[in-house]
This record gives sequence, structure tokens and C-alpha cells, in this order.
Amino acid sequence: MIKIAIIGFGTVGQGVAELLIKKKNEIEKKIGEFKVIAIADLTGAILGDFKLEDAIESRRRGKLPENREAIDVAEKEDYDVMIEVTTTKLDESGIMYMKTALRKGASVITSNKSIAVALTDLLKLAEKKSAKLLYEATVGGAMPVIRLLNSYLALCEIRSVKGILNGTCNYILTRMEEEGLPYHQVLSEAQEMGIAEANPSADVEGIDAAIKLVILANTMGITAKFEDVEREGITKITPQAFKVAMQKGYTIRLIAEVSKKYLRVSPRLVRINSPLAIKGTLNALMINTDTAGEIFVAGRGAGKFETASVILSDLYELFRTRNS
Amino acid sequence: MSELFTLIVELEDKPGQLLRVLEPIAKNGGNIVGIVHQRGKKTPLNRVPVEISFISDSKRAEKIFSELQKEVVVRSFGKIRTSTISLLLIGHIIHTDLSDTIKRIDNIEAECVELNVTMPELDRPSTAMMTISAKGVEALERALGRVKEICREKGILVIEPVNDEL
Repeated sequence: MIKIAIIGFGTVGQGVAELLIKKKNEIEKKIGEFKVIAIADLTGAILGDFKLEDAIESRRRGKLPENREAIDVAEKEDYDVMIEVTTTKLDESGIMYMKTALRKGASVITSNKSIAVALTDLLKLAEKKSAKLLYEATVGGAMPVIRLLNSYLALCEIRSVKGILNGTCNYILTRMEEEGLPYHQVLSEAQEMGIAEANPSADVEGIDAAIKLVILANTMGITAKFEDVEREGITKITPQAFKVAMQKGYTIRLIAEVSKKYLRVSPRLVRINSPLAIKGTLNALMINTDTAGEIFVAGRGAGKFETASVILSDLYELFRTRNS
Repeated sequence: MSELFTLIVELEDKPGQLLRVLEPIAKNGGNIVGIVHQRGKKTPLNRVPVEISFISDSKRAEKIFSELQKEVVVRSFGKIRTSTISLLLIGHIIHTDLSDTIKRIDNIEAECVELNVTMPELDRPSTAMMTISAKGVEALERALGRVKEICREKGILVIEPVNDEL
């Protein structure tokens, strides 16, 4: 029996719980029996013999029933894997939960981009404790990239990875390109649609993309910190810029790029027929390798079930050998 | 090492003139890859500019050039700049002394060959598509470095293309 603890029970955490309910049979066929033994977040916790449906219901009505701190749950409960899906915060509480789990020898699956500041440490700790840290959900949402680099392309030299890691910016740039609208107008539209946040700076200044890029870089073995990223957002892009670019057959996208030479997030000219000229909220990456040539991936970069589905895929990766 | 050269000569508009140019090139082992008659650009003396591209090494090219000068009017002669990049600039391009910007980009190995500026309104940032040509990729990278430095200084946003040439 695989014992799961879920830390963080917001949109993604609830999405995971819903998929665990909905896909129980398929999951158990692949990895064997599992049980969520604890859920904890800032509102409280639920432990022992409980139904996932009740946890979701209780959280939706306001809070989880028991007054236990998440860190206490992480320390004292007995679980095989922690699904850490708290929001990315600068106080690094997420990293604290993960370290607690890894020190106990439990594996961690996370969607928390905070790992950008501690990825190497966390991976070392995991290795020392014979546990695993899986973080596919931190970069590019449902678009596969971490496992692609670590597993499928493990024996390739990765020359560069470049592409779109922020769906909000891509949506804004797509609308500016198609409608000739000014930045601020499209931003308000995106905010109304829930695509951009009320305070959009993390997205439009390229901060979110830069954090993901740091995770990618470290995954590729290029030691990098957030401060190392040369970063420029999309706020200065004008509708005229698209018109002028179009005359030469280009459009503009916010491109994150990592190679031995570059670590940068910046608006770039992209050929209109390039796969990177992708539209809407999608994410996309072009991976340049020595022997496999170029590999292109694209997919939904965010969303409740998209992210939850990646968590499940990491869960499968972690336990698939058990049942075969 | 073979390189691509281009020259523009002015020829009288009568039969047999082109041969006077082609012979010295062929005789010295130049491989002609293109000839363009610029009939629409006739000079006041009724001569036709003709652009000829050929592949040769620099030593032979020099010889071809000196022989041609004896035969016809040579307007320009040079190595073809092989690497180009288009950059989009956003900001106060004109008001930050455009000619200073270009002067500082241009040098012996690279130059700004095209600039298309759009100015939407007074006091609003303008947009320009700038094309830079250079003798080779490394020269182009150095030129790009200069553009970025100058534009950082002047508060102009530089948008580079995504490609694998650089």
C-alpha cells in the first residue's frame, strides 16, 4: 500500500485529489494500491481514515477539520510519498516540507517552483536518503520536459533549450499580434478572463519564466540562480513592433533560453512559420541536441487538471516498477 | 580560401561591353555566380550599372580588380558580407541621436545596412527594424554586442531573433 501525504490543498491539491478519486482503478492497476493518509494546508489538516471527497468538501466550505500545522504533519505522519503542491512563496516553506519528507526517506512530488532556489540541495538530500524528488509539474505544466531531458535525452548533449514558459505572456502577445491592440488593453482583458493575475508583474516581467528556466538549467547540469538570468519582460512591447516585425516575417514571443552561453528571458523575434510562434496560453520548447537533432514539445502550461495530471504521471514514474 | 565577391561596374549600353568585364574574371580563375543589369538605374552618361558576383580567393580577386579598373568604371568592389541579422528596436530611437547610434555600430567588419523606423506619435516610443551585415558570424556577434551596449545606455529595448545561426 502506497501511503500519500498531500501538503497544500488549493487548486492543484484539490485537482490531484479529484483525479485520485476519478482514476483510482487505472492508477491502482498501474502502481498498486494507494491511500492518502494525510492532507494539510494553511487552513488545517485531515488525517487517518477519511474520504477524499470529504476533504474536498470540507476545504471548499472553508477549512480542513483538524488544527494541525502542515510541518507537524510532514514530520510526524508515516507516508511513502509527499505530494507538495503549496503555492510558490519566497519564504521557502515549501522547501521546508520537502526537506522534512526527504530526511525521513520519503519521496517528494512537487509543483512548487520554489525548488529553483534549492534544487541541487534537494536532489542531493534525496539521493543520500535513497528517496526521489520529482518535479515535472514545476516547468511547462502538462508539457513534458523534465523527464524528457532526464530520461529520453539522458545520453544526448543538450546544446540549448528555448521556448515559451509563460502562458499569460504568450496570450497577451498573441492578442497584440492578431488585433493590433496596445499592451495595457490586452492585459486588462487577460485579467478579466482570469488568465492574468491582478498583480501581473511575476508574469509580464518574465519572473515566472525565469524561475522555470533556472529549474531547467539546473536539470541540464548548468548551475544557475535566479539572479543569473538576464531578464526583460513584455511591458514595453508596442502594437507597432508587431507590424514592423511582420514586414520581415517575424512575430514577437517571450522566449526563455538556456545554453552554455545564455541564460535569458526576453522578447524575441520568432519567424511566423516557426513552431515557437505558438498562439494563446500554450507553452512550447525547442530542445537542441547533438545526436537527436531538434525536439519540439508543446502543451498546456497551467490549469488545475493539467497540473494534477503531471503529478499523477510523476506518481506513476515513482512506483511503476513496484507492480511489474 | 574561396570567398564571395561582388562588384558594380558601369558599362556603355552597346554590344560586347559585358565581355570586357567577364574576361579578366574568368582568366584569373574567378567563378561567376551572378550578373544583374540595373537598367532602371542608368547614369546621366547613359551607362548601365551591372552587379557581378563571383567566387575567388582574395589574392586573385585583387588582381581581377586592378585589371578591371583599367577596362571599365568600377563603382564598388568588395567581399560580400555574409552574415546578417535583423533586430527590432523599441524606444526613443530618434531622440537619442540615431546617427550616433549607427556611427557606433558601424566599423570595418560590420555595418547597419537597413533601418525602417516607425514613429506612432510625438513623445511615444518609436519602433525600428535594423538589419546589420557583417563579414562572418563572429563579426556579427561583436556588432550585436555593440548594439546591445549602446541601446542599454540609451534605454532602447533590443529584440533579437531566435535562431541557431548565432
